[in-house]
Amino acid sequence: MNVVVCVKQIPDPADPGALDPNTKTLKRDGKLILDESDSYGVEMALQLVDAAGGGEVTLVSMAPNGETAGLRTALAMGAAKAVLVSDDALQGSDALGTSKVLAKAIERAGQADLILTATESSDGYTGTVPEQIAELLSLPSVTFAKSITVDGSSVKVQRQTESGYDDVECPLPAVVSVTAGVVEPRYPSFKGIMAAKSKPVDQVGLGDLGVDAGSVGWAGAGQEIVEIATAEARAASTVVEDDGEAFQKIVDMLAELKIV
Amino acid sequence: MTDYRSPVKDALFTLRHVGMLDEISSSERYAHADPETVADVLGEHGRFMQEVFAPTNRIGDTVGLKWSPEGVETPAEFKTAYAKFVEAGWQGLNAEAEYGGAGFPEAVFTCALEFMTAANGALTMCPGLTTGAIECLQAWGSEEQKERYLRRIVTGEWTGTMNLTEPQAGSDVGLCTTKAEPQGDGTYKITGTKIYISFGEHDMAENIVHLVLARTPGAPAGTKGISLFIVPKFLLTEDGEPGERNDVNCVSIEHKMGIHGSPTCVMSYGDDGGATGFLVGEENQGLRAMFTMMNSARIAVGIQGVALGDAAFQKALQYSQERRQGREVGGDSKEPAFIEAHPDVRRMLMFMKSHVEAMRALLVYNSAAIDLSRALEGDDAEHWREIAELLTPVSKAWSTDVGMEVTSTAIQVFGGMGYVEETGVAQHYRDARIAPIYEGTNGIQAMDLVGRKLGMRMGGVVGEYLQRMRDLDGELAAAGEEFASIRTELAAAVDTLEGVTNWIMTNGLANPVEALAGATPYLRIFGTVTGGWLLARLALGAKADLEGADQADVAWLNTKIASARFFAEQVLPTAAGLVPSVQAGSSVLYEVTPESLASV
Ligand SMILES: Cc1cc2nc3c(=O)[nH]c(=O)nc-3n(C[C@H](O)[C@H](O)[C@H](O)COP(=O)(O)OP(=O)(O)OC[C@H]3O[C@@H](n4cnc5c(N)ncnc54)[C@H](O)[C@@H]3O)c2cc1C
Ligand SMILES: Cc1cc2nc3c(=O)[nH]c(=O)nc-3n(C[C@H](O)[C@H](O)[C@H](O)COP(=O)(O)OP(=O)(O)OC[C@H]3O[C@@H](n4cnc5c(N)ncnc54)[C@H](O)[C@@H]3O)c2cc1C
Repeated sequence: MNVVVCVKQIPDPADPGALDPNTKTLKRDGKLILDESDSYGVEMALQLVDAAGGGEVTLVSMAPNGETAGLRTALAMGAAKAVLVSDDALQGSDALGTSKVLAKAIERAGQADLILTATESSDGYTGTVPEQIAELLSLPSVTFAKSITVDGSSVKVQRQTESGYDDVECPLPAVVSVTAGVVEPRYPSFKGIMAAKSKPVDQVGLGDLGVDAGSVGWAGAGQEIVEIATAEARAASTVVEDDGEAFQKIVDMLAELKIV
Repeated sequence: MTDYRSPVKDALFTLRHVGMLDEISSSERYAHADPETVADVLGEHGRFMQEVFAPTNRIGDTVGLKWSPEGVETPAEFKTAYAKFVEAGWQGLNAEAEYGGAGFPEAVFTCALEFMTAANGALTMCPGLTTGAIECLQAWGSEEQKERYLRRIVTGEWTGTMNLTEPQAGSDVGLCTTKAEPQGDGTYKITGTKIYISFGEHDMAENIVHLVLARTPGAPAGTKGISLFIVPKFLLTEDGEPGERNDVNCVSIEHKMGIHGSPTCVMSYGDDGGATGFLVGEENQGLRAMFTMMNSARIAVGIQGVALGDAAFQKALQYSQERRQGREVGGDSKEPAFIEAHPDVRRMLMFMKSHVEAMRALLVYNSAAIDLSRALEGDDAEHWREIAELLTPVSKAWSTDVGMEVTSTAIQVFGGMGYVEETGVAQHYRDARIAPIYEGTNGIQAMDLVGRKLGMRMGGVVGEYLQRMRDLDGELAAAGEEFASIRTELAAAVDTLEGVTNWIMTNGLANPVEALAGATPYLRIFGTVTGGWLLARLALGAKADLEGADQADVAWLNTKIASARFFAEQVLPTAAGLVPSVQAGSSVLYEVTPESLASV
């Protein structure tokens, strides 16, 4: 079984991020790393291929400046190869633009039985790319998977909901988004890191994918960032003096916030 | 409090500018360790350590270990973290490829060991000593021993220990009395008691391979009569699996000031008829074999200074940006300022930062010298072997002394909260306190430097080393005004070191007591000057990197230059202040007696 995993490479969340005042977007000129959200998809894919007893995991990523650092982490975990889309014309791509590119890149990656993504990325978190990819590829879309089993030509998914989970089944190929934290991503072993060095990364531009530059990037973006403003400083906290009834005030407050 | 972050970028920068990584990886022996691969390896290793080892550090400190007659129980989190470490294959990073290692340079391993130690110093004692055992068996083990033991140690499945110390034999291992009697079948019966054996017993691995110093019947007295033995916890079956339990037991563990997660064991050999041991190398050659292990172990202990210093510094830096206290002098805000704004707190931050960088540079440079001595041939190899030998006592003692000062300064930045265990910064200080003691006390290191290393090639080795430091002057002069103070202070400091070195060599020849009386401050001068020289090289590297640097790196690179300037202007001058205490000689020390020193 062949699984394609979409993996986003993002600025290290532990580094203080900065916004570019001109483009009003996150600066991405430093080193990028594998989005932790996607490490669950990679792990899930590796386990599925293992369980199927054959096949391979292919990565698909769109990132600026030919960035491969995050891909190398995923290759070191055990993925077999990667398609990387990097093109200056992609600057300013919105989620739809990104989905168009990823859809084409998935096709380029070869015949896939299953396409995995995270439910949302850690830096952009629109949570809309997976569904858009599915639409563009005319494939079924299942979201919020907490467990996936492949059975011949169909996939069974436990789909997380607020109160529990739904059992969902659909034919393959399909696009499934994986919830963070549902598997324990393996750490790359030393051998894996060394092996990753010789795994192929197919780096392509828009021309190679046959994507019209006008339909992506700033040119094609249907969204515009009008203004960026500093977040308001957190309002002072409420101090509840305990007069013996403080617990009630706290309960009321939590109820008001719909937490209890 | 944010968690420890492995300084991967700093490590790579140090490897490039003082660790001679380009030179090392252009040799045949280390061709596989090209800078890009090293970046990948250290990147993943660093992430593993901060995510897997670091969260277990406090647990080791607070939960600690449980001893029972059955053995030593480590916290469950240690077992899980160690199992992942083995699974990822990190133990073999610098081990030779022939027995399953990755054959990476020591300089790279030094950076990796820093991350591990900072993440969890107590737990890292186990793989750290195992690395020593690997080096020892690689150098001295028989083919059969390598096949049967070394392979399984390199994977981390089995761990190694180092059994030197006995109640009456600490600094002076020559007083060792553990007995080894030949059994006529090639094996020996080992009987005796070893103390302070780190990870002598634990439950993280399926076998423990003890390397034990002992005396055969009729062996010459002192260090000339010591032999080295493999004593496995479980004797191996025919097919090399752990079988029958050997007669070696952990009879108790120590309650200590720090490294609570590292069992410090009293080991009893032969309570029940004798433990079976296997000779490593030849009889009476044990000390030589132990020295193979000790050189790498000394560097490993030096790394504890950098690692714990950096872990504490990271916490202090964070706290200084969270704690508000006092008005900023000259500022116009009515609000209390973050303490980082105060000159004295800034000074503490710079003190820590520059010393951490200097220690890291020293250890990486020392390790790189070992690599080049292995990778090159003839005179070049010999040259780097000499440099490595010269610097090893300095790496061990200077870094661990400075490590104490840096962890202590970090507590100071926290104020009262630093003394309260909750912040975790006190743990680094307690953990760091052992490092100046074990692996040869720092006093013994100073004697080694003065008594053995300075005399190498009749002072030729240290002379060349001093010249090398002077040779940086041209580059510093060309680097412009920004480097002027670095240049002036470094030149003065090298003069100081040269003068005091000459004094030691002249007076030490005439009367060793004179030289030994000043050995510790002398080592301090040596370390300080070397630190300043290496930081100057890093600063020059930063200046070069600034050309065409990513915007994101500019502040980071400029900080490297500032750090070197701080050290040059505020630390290097202290070297001269120590000269009188080196040259004071011994007379005042012996004008008193222990009795007269007592105040009653
Ligand atoms: C103003 C602006 C500028 C941008 N500039 C660039 C640029 O210069 N270069 C560039 O490459 N992109 C650029 N992008 C694209 C951007 O990084 C996101 O990929 C895109 O907006 C998707 O949004 P999201 O992260 O919210 O996706 P979500 O829907 O939250 O993501 C869900 C999942 O979809 C997959 N996925 C999403 N994005 C990617 C991706 N890029 N590669 C692989 N898998 C992915 C992952 O599995 C992810 O977890 C830009 C976006 C904007 C809005
Ligand atoms: C936590 C911990 C872990 C340890 N782990 C191990 C281990 O795994 N394996 C192992 O074999 N040992 C281990 N040790 C032992 C350690 O290496 C010794 O404690 C150390 O070598 C010092 O020996 P000592 O304690 O007997 O001190 P002593 O030798 O009694 O020294 C006491 C003082 O006298 C000074 N001194 C001694 N001799 C001289 C001299 N000739 N000239 C000048 N000054 C001198 C010393 O510098 C020191 O200040 C460990 C110790 C501890 C505390």
